[in-house]
Amino acid sequence: MDAIILQILNGLDKGSAYALIALGLTLIFGTLGVVNFAHGALFMIGAFCAVTLSKLLKLSHTVIDETRTDFLGNPLKVEVPYVYDIFGQSTGDAIIDWAVPLSILFAIPIMILVGVIMERGLIKHFYKRPHADQILVTFGLAIVLQEIIKYYYGANPIPTPAPQAFVGSFDFGALVGFEPGQIIYPYWRLVYFTFAAVIIGAVFAFLQFTTFGMVVRAGMADRETVGLLGINIDKRFTIMFGLAAAVAGLAGVMYTPINSPNYHMGMDFLVLSFVVVVVGGMGSLPGAVLAGFLLGILESFASMREVIDIIPGINQVIIYLVAIVILLTRPRGLMGRKGVMED
Amino acid sequence: MFGLDKKDASLLLIVAALVAFAPFLLNPFPEGSAMAQFNAGYPDLMQRFVIFGIFAIGFNILFGLTGYLSFGHAAFLGVGSYAAVWMFKLLSMNVLPAIILAVITSGIFALVIGYVSLRRSGIYFSILTLAFAQMSFALAYSVLTPITGGETGLQLALDDPRILGSATTAEGNIPVPGLFGLEMRDSAELMFGNWVFTFNVGYYFAAIVMLLSFYLAIRIFRSPFGMMLRAVKSNQQRLNYTGLNPRPYTLAAFVISGMYAGLAGGLMASMDPLAGAERMFWTASGEVVLMTILGGVGTLIGPVLGAGMIKYMENIISKINSDILHSWFAFLPDGLEDLIVTMIYPFIGKGWHLTLGIVFMLVVIFLPGGLVEGGQRVAKLFGRKKADETKSAKTEPAE
Amino acid sequence: MGLLEVKDVNKRFGGLQALGNVNLSVAENSCHAIIGPNGAGKSTLLNCLVGKLIPDTGSVMFDGQSVLGRTPFEINQMGISRVFQTPEIFGDLTVMENMLIPCFARRDGSFALHGIRSVMSEGELRDQAEAMLDDVNMLDKRNMHSASMSRGDKRRLEMAMCLVQNPKLLLLDEPTAGMARADTNNTIDLLKEIKEKRNITIAIIEHDMHVVFSLAERITVLAQGTPLVEDTPENIKGHPKVKEAYLGEAA
Repeated sequence: MDAIILQILNGLDKGSAYALIALGLTLIFGTLGVVNFAHGALFMIGAFCAVTLSKLLKLSHTVIDETRTDFLGNPLKVEVPYVYDIFGQSTGDAIIDWAVPLSILFAIPIMILVGVIMERGLIKHFYKRPHADQILVTFGLAIVLQEIIKYYYGANPIPTPAPQAFVGSFDFGALVGFEPGQIIYPYWRLVYFTFAAVIIGAVFAFLQFTTFGMVVRAGMADRETVGLLGINIDKRFTIMFGLAAAVAGLAGVMYTPINSPNYHMGMDFLVLSFVVVVVGGMGSLPGAVLAGFLLGILESFASMREVIDIIPGINQVIIYLVAIVILLTRPRGLMGRKGVMED
Repeated sequence: MFGLDKKDASLLLIVAALVAFAPFLLNPFPEGSAMAQFNAGYPDLMQRFVIFGIFAIGFNILFGLTGYLSFGHAAFLGVGSYAAVWMFKLLSMNVLPAIILAVITSGIFALVIGYVSLRRSGIYFSILTLAFAQMSFALAYSVLTPITGGETGLQLALDDPRILGSATTAEGNIPVPGLFGLEMRDSAELMFGNWVFTFNVGYYFAAIVMLLSFYLAIRIFRSPFGMMLRAVKSNQQRLNYTGLNPRPYTLAAFVISGMYAGLAGGLMASMDPLAGAERMFWTASGEVVLMTILGGVGTLIGPVLGAGMIKYMENIISKINSDILHSWFAFLPDGLEDLIVTMIYPFIGKGWHLTLGIVFMLVVIFLPGGLVEGGQRVAKLFGRKKADETKSAKTEPAE
Repeated sequence: MGLLEVKDVNKRFGGLQALGNVNLSVAENSCHAIIGPNGAGKSTLLNCLVGKLIPDTGSVMFDGQSVLGRTPFEINQMGISRVFQTPEIFGDLTVMENMLIPCFARRDGSFALHGIRSVMSEGELRDQAEAMLDDVNMLDKRNMHSASMSRGDKRRLEMAMCLVQNPKLLLLDEPTAGMARADTNNTIDLLKEIKEKRNITIAIIEHDMHVVFSLAERITVLAQGTPLVEDTPENIKGHPKVKEAYLGEAA
């Protein structure tokens, strides 16, 4: 029992990332009808927003500390981050420590900007082109974006730790009444899951309860009719693209403490997120979230030693296997609507 | 000629001539000159030109004719490579049985994957093929290690059984692949002043195979079968209501293009007898898509051009470094020189993927017909009459 | 026993009874029109005949064989060709290639792997295709890219593609929808000529009463998924039930 709960918990953080990326992918697909292969790159850019901010916060200048000397007896030179000068040492330390959560504020405007530029500058011109062309041009864009990141940040993963308060694990099992020591869960993963749940909830609430969201949902159902009503859906769709980019970016920001970001992380997640979208059903938002968590948890179950002993290698292929089975038995995915992407 | 009409026959002859004289054409600069780094006439690279040409020609039969975009074609190339290396290990170092087995294995593999994937179309088909290829990659990397060699890849060893042939050479080394005594790695060099031209057995063998594949592709394009495939792309509904079943046509195209990929994989293993799982990774599948699009999807010559172009860029651009850049722009004032070098630097050396991505995007946006369409447009700029000639020579293959 | 026998066909979409107990018999060598107001189930019925939809109950017999459960291409191979409301042709192919595909389908069946022989060497099929193109006055357009033609030409091409198969039954779905009067009359003449020359059976769905009364020998009126009356054009014209069904839509 506790082993099962542990695996479910382990699956949640990866599932959260899949769900957040897939949500944006399917939002873009549902509203704009565009298959965006560069969506993984947005996730990656988000992660590098966190890297950038924590680097920026650590920018420092050299100060000579007269009170101390180095081993040669000269006055000691110390690197003092600029944040110390502004906020004082203790607040400054706290800010540096909280770089990753703070990056959320930093990443939102950047991601929306990136999203809007991408939509206005490139994607817009591909609405009427075949899906194959959309896949190809966004695939090209993904290569370009990741190469740019690689150029500036190098090819190696850059460790970006979580705030001290969230480093380490806690005994989840003991909390809910199991034997202590059986279900140990890292704090940050819980934070990530909660964060993802909040974002997903916010996106759904936004689409459900605002007029803007209503129009977007109507547009997802029938774009032409909404256009005929005299509503400028193009503008709304641009905003939608920015929003989807922000969601992917935030997923990336918060993922940095779990996996040190590298330039190809976007592509790694993209392939799986696409599978998630397809399993959930193209254009279905609840489907994307459901499939994201489902596949994340399945993947973590398949990685159990007991399972691998029975079916070797299953952890490597489980997601693809599930995708193949679902696509063949339920062509529209778990919750797909009729008439979406059916030739 | 060869059952081709005049235009196709001349296209084939032109390609044959280019391939035959490639060791000269690709080495236009004398050794030791500043431009020598642009020479591409060394065996390893030339082999890759033709082998990836075969891969792309086959991919184009599927994507170019039927419009089904497979994102998992590298799996077939990988399977072909493994099959060929196993043939070297178990049977003999002759490349023919290895290549034949590579083609058959990948064909069977493609039949299974195609049978399942082709039940869906559009993006779903792309995702299914991607899923299968990624699965193959993951399995080859981990569980199937006894067959695939896992992370290290499948290599020849001194204790291979090799039924028809010796386990080791007289000197105690592992024998090399050959064709009835001709070793693939053998080369002849021709010195001509400062020019050195290399004629490699492996290259010419692969080139002949490529020409045969190209010829077969022309026949397929011009056949009723090819016409049906284009009809699949154009309007499947009409095809259905015209009494034709699209499924076996697309499956046949899928298997044929899978066999082309397997052939390329087998040749790759014949040039250098090892095979690794990374050949099946989805970026490798993406690469053949890039080649086909860059050259001109659905045209005969396009994929060959695209494959050559990308492999050339990969080898040449990635070799340029900042010293070379500085030497090129040394004639400029220092500040300007540095500025230009700094501007170009991200696009060369390790940054060649960036260049590739940008070129690819530009092609998709502005030149959906690839280099072939670009050629036509350029030709159009040069006078009416000339344009007509070039157009007929180049658009016809598209039909 | 007619060439096409539809018996007690029912089809529901959720709560909507699209077809209710439809019976229809199309006699060999006749021209049978199916008319009815919008939403009467004409297209649903047509889709049931060609294998796009499968009726919930009932039977559809063609030439003594059931078509139910067969795919569209199998039904076409049995001898039913369909012309769509908006022309469905192979837009990326030339007119001649468009014509050759049905020729191959008739000669080789639903699949044949002729991967090596050139299309150019198929002299006999090319002759057939050219003769048919000549019949519809499109021989001069044979090398044209078919997507670039006018809508009227596309429809003629589609008709020619169906006819070159020598179908036993030709299904026409509003063949004159959106056409100018002159084009409509041309189409009527063409259809009449085809029918006399080739002795084929035609089933036609049409809104334009002018077309219906110029061509049809029998007319079935469909309303709310059920056949109202079936009779000759003369008797249909003044039929009170028909007027009621159309109520203002009447021609």
